[in-house]
This record gives sequence, structure tokens and C-alpha cells, in this order.
Amino acid sequence: MTLAVLLALGVLAVGGGVLVFVVDSMARATFCLLASFIAVAVMILMTGLAYLGTVIILMMIIEMVIMAVFMIMYMMNPAGLMPMSMFHNTRGAALISGLLFAGLTAGIFLADWPEKRGERPKDPTTALGETLMEGHMLTMMTLGVTLFSTIVATVVLATGRGRYDRLGDGLDAAHADDPAGGGVGR
Amino acid sequence: MAAPAMVLVLPVLLVAAVWCVAVLDGVLADRAAGHRGGAGRSLVRPGQEVARLLAGQRRTTQAADGLLRWAGIAGLIVASVLAAGVVPLGWKAPADLSVGVVWFNAMEVVAWAAVWLVGWGPDSALSLVGGYRFVAQGLAYELPHMFAIITAALGAGSLRMSDIVDAQAGLWFAVWMPAAFAAYLLSAAAMAFWGPFDAPLGRDVAGGAAAELSGVDRLLFEGGRRLLLVAAAAVAVPLFLGGGHGPWLPAGAWVLVKTLAVLALLVWLRHRLPVVRMDRWTEISWIVLLPLTMVQALAVALVVLARGGGGP
Repeated sequence: MTLAVLLALGVLAVGGGVLVFVVDSMARATFCLLASFIAVAVMILMTGLAYLGTVIILMMIIEMVIMAVFMIMYMMNPAGLMPMSMFHNTRGAALISGLLFAGLTAGIFLADWPEKRGERPKDPTTALGETLMEGHMLTMMTLGVTLFSTIVATVVLATGRGRYDRLGDGLDAAHADDPAGGGVGR
Repeated sequence: MAAPAMVLVLPVLLVAAVWCVAVLDGVLADRAAGHRGGAGRSLVRPGQEVARLLAGQRRTTQAADGLLRWAGIAGLIVASVLAAGVVPLGWKAPADLSVGVVWFNAMEVVAWAAVWLVGWGPDSALSLVGGYRFVAQGLAYELPHMFAIITAALGAGSLRMSDIVDAQAGLWFAVWMPAAFAAYLLSAAAMAFWGPFDAPLGRDVAGGAAAELSGVDRLLFEGGRRLLLVAAAAVAVPLFLGGGHGPWLPAGAWVLVKTLAVLALLVWLRHRLPVVRMDRWTEISWIVLLPLTMVQALAVALVVLARGGGGP
């Protein structure tokens, strides 16, 4: 039974991924990808990692809805009303992805997986987190702060309007000159 | 009550709560409009409305994406029921997951996809505007919402709903986490695009995301929206209002009474407050509410540490 469910989820995950390139509507492509990700999340739930699986569902829904907005904004045929193709360099891409898929699949069967030792931990998510993070907490914290400052720096560099545009050269305007008003009345 | 029995009772309770919301909403709308139809009219009207929509013809638009619209409507209903599944009806929930709080969050966020899909489906400009409005509103309410629910989990030291209820045997979390509770109530209305946050279905865009819905489609979408509101109100009870704790009545009755009280507050607020535009709401949410909920989480974390909690 478990194997049948896993198999069905696997088919859904791969099938959803294939459909992304088959359908010609950006909205459908985005939500096919979401279906694929959710199938993977349910597989992770089935391994007993409740927190990780649920968080993947949460993050992927938010991410895919935001991605739908950007895909439709930037792609050439947002509504899917005219036929379009999402393929470029089809032969090279088929070769590369075919080899990659074969390599990864071979890796699954050829790898020398360790035998299970000891009991299943009471909370597998905590155990997994400790294994991943325990010795590397400082690295991870530094990485997190670095990533965050990169995001802030990128936004500062990319923004078309800074505080001098809003509040004047002396930053002393009584009201900010904003194209759209906010709710706080700054 | 055993868990399988609760799984059967839960949908009945949810539909009954949706009906209560519709009745109270009708009473308040009548009063605002100056109708004096009496309570009887309000009691039967949700039933009449359901019959009307069931018998009504389904309109479709040209070049509509029916599959995506259907996915949006069905997703809203399924996610609302699954979200309500972690609420303890008494001391036990139909599904008392170890990650109940995160599960509720994951199911509630399906509304983002659902409303956008329903707005996108009909290939109509006004309904698409409504769909995009909800995504913008989602970006505004989601972070304060996440901080609010995680503050309750922090206070109990667990993501399991029944543990959070147990931690409130003495003092309700609403009492010593008032900012988190307020942020939660606002986000509960916002996620169900209810009350002052119904701009995605606004009259200025001819009904927004629901503009092209008719017949059974409209019935399911409007019902799903109220289901989500009921689920969000019900989750406020274990998170902030002590769950089944209370004198005299059994735990299950207290959960029902508290859920209905939260629902009554949300319905009343809908009729008292004007619609908030999401550009305004985004700034309030990110500049006022987000720091406020972060400070609230910090305060709760300090209390938990001072009590010697935190860490294994």
C-alpha cells in the first residue's frame, strides 16, 4: 500500500514536471510545477519528517503564487491564448538532461547506502536538524546574515527611488513625495 | 469522542458555523439597510440563497480556463476543512498533528493560490484584478500572521495544538500576548478576504475575483470563503483563548462558544469598518504590525526563558 502511494506520488511529481513544458499557459505551467512539488512534499511526510514536509507545502504554495505573477509578467504569452513554445536548444537540452537523469538514477542504485543503526529517533526532524547543523551553526548563522545583507544591498542598488527622492535633498520635507500613498501617513 | 467520529462530526459543525455566519451577516446587513424583516427572514435566507444558486445556471466566459477555476474553488474548500482538522473539539482534535500550527499555516496559505486561480480562470479583466489584489493582500498579512501563531507555539513550547491548549490551563495566551492575538484576528479576516479586507471581491471591481462566478460555482466559492473564516476563527480558540478550558461547561461546549464568539466579532467588524485598500494595508502591516509582533515574540521568548523553559 505504502509502495503504491509512493509510486503514485512519484508519477505525479515527474508527470507534473513534464506537464510544465507541455502546457502552453504560464498559469497552468506554474500550478503543474506546484502539483509536482506537493507530491514530493507528501513523500517527505511519508518518511515521518512531518515538519519538513509541511513547511515544503507552505513555502512552495507561497513561492509558486508569487512565481505565477512574475512568469505572467515576463513571459511572451502570459494568457496561454496563443500557441507558444518554451523550448530552446532542444537537442542539447535533451542530451544534457537525459545524461543527468541517468547519472542520478544510477547513483541511487550504485551508492553504498549505510545500514540503519540504532532506533528511530523520537523526533526525526530535530535529529535531522542536529545532524545537519550541529557543528556548523556558526557557518549557518554567518551565511544567513550574509544572504540577508545581500538581499538588502540588492534592493538598495535596484530601487529607483530612495529617501532623497521621497523627502528632498535635505531629507526635511514635511510629507514624503510617493507615487502611491501608504496607510501610515509617513 | 473518538477520532473517527470527530472526522464525521467536523464537516457538520463547519457547515453549521458557516450557516451561523450567513445568518448573522444577514441580520447586520438588514439592520444597516433599515429593513425590519425580523429574525425569521434572516434565518431562512441563507437556505433560500443556497437553493437559488443551486438552481441557477452556470455562466462561462469565452476562453475561460475552467480547469484552473475549478482547482481554485475546490482547493479553497478542501484546504479549509483540512485546516480545521487540527482544532481540538474539546481536548482532542480529529488530527492532533505534532506540527499542528505549521499545518494550519500551510493549509491557510492555499487561499493565495485559490483566489488567484478563481480570478484568473474566467479570462476577465476585473476578476483578474481581484485575484492579484488578494496576492498583494497575502504578502501583507502573512508575516505578522506567522509571527502571531509562532508566538503562541513559543509560549507553549510546542507546535501541537493540544499542548498549546494545555499550556493555557491557568492564563489564556490572549491575555499575556495581546499584540499577537490582535494580529491573528486581523489576519484571520484578511486570509478569508472578509470584513475590511474584502477588496479582492470589491464592489469597485464589480465583485473582483468572484465577478464571473454564478450558480453552483459561486455557491462553492462563497461557502469556501466562509469555511476558511470559520477555520481561522476556530484556530484562534486553541491558540489564544484557552481551548476547552472554562468553568461549568464541558470542553467541547467551550470550544464551540468561543469559536462562535470570535466569528460574531469578525462578522460585526465587517459591518463596522470600511474596506481597506491593500496598498494602505501593506504599509500598516509591514511598518506597524510586523515590528509589533516581533517585539511580542521577543517578550514571550524572554518570559519562557525566565521560567526556565526553552531547550530540551
